[in-house]
Amino acid sequence: MAKINWYKYASPANFYPLAGKLIPWFAIPAAILFVVGLYVGFFVAPTDFQQGDAYRIIFIHVPAAWLGMFLYVLMAAYAGIGWAFNARLASMMASSIAITGAMFTFLSLATGSLWGKPTWGTWWVWDARLTSTLILMFLYIGFISLQAAIDDPRRADKAGAVLAIVGVINVPIIYYSVQWWNTLHQGATIRILGKPTIAGPMLAAMLIMLAACWLYSVAVVLIRLRTIIVEREHAAATMSEARA
Amino acid sequence: MNGRSWSDFLSMGGYAFYVWGSYLVALLAIGGEVALLLRRKKALLERTGGTIDKEVGNK
Repeated sequence: MAKINWYKYASPANFYPLAGKLIPWFAIPAAILFVVGLYVGFFVAPTDFQQGDAYRIIFIHVPAAWLGMFLYVLMAAYAGIGWAFNARLASMMASSIAITGAMFTFLSLATGSLWGKPTWGTWWVWDARLTSTLILMFLYIGFISLQAAIDDPRRADKAGAVLAIVGVINVPIIYYSVQWWNTLHQGATIRILGKPTIAGPMLAAMLIMLAACWLYSVAVVLIRLRTIIVEREHAAATMSEARA
Repeated sequence: MNGRSWSDFLSMGGYAFYVWGSYLVALLAIGGEVALLLRRKKALLERTGGTIDKEVGNK
């Protein structure tokens, strides 16, 4: 068996072509699963006896909320690795994840608001789940603007890493907020331990949409990572040319 | 659809604004992210003289 030198791919220049080859393997299944998930969600899953058709927002709301949280933890982990081991590629990965994570967090807040109005009678309440998710959104925005404000990329990476790691504490707060505090927000639909509270095609549609969002995230994060690699290498090359 | 008519389906049992609104927002958010990303990539290609792959990949 040929031995693969995995350390080789820790270098941006070596990872670049690999990332390029991986992108279609995530982008194409993502597109297919979005179509399948929406089909099952709208044409197979029955109308809910309590919420009527309003519940169909769940197929985008829950995957968006999950990815908003999950991508934050992933971003903080990469930022931390980049900082602790001086690994440039890991830091670039964190910067790339931030934008997709912010997009999904925004989407979970927007669709939650559109779901809250018909079911709770209000677009927004300052309860634990909603407020902690809003804080998550601000953490992403803080990370992105902090990095944008610092010219030296490695210093920007370090500053971002500190913010990202401190902010991780917010993720378990969001997750458990529905158990710890009294809230309008319903409990978890799918639990880590125990049975899910929905069944059949409803659950299937949600899981397919979750897989689609996940594959989509990998694809866009890799495309953005490639542009970040070139942007930084190009900036470094132009700088050294100017000095010569 | 489960045997419902199209108009019944589109009205989403009276929740059309909220349900279709949610998916419209999703389309705009995801489509917007992809559009911005492709624009960033295109701008980069122009800056580096259309050699994004040569720039890093084939050194």
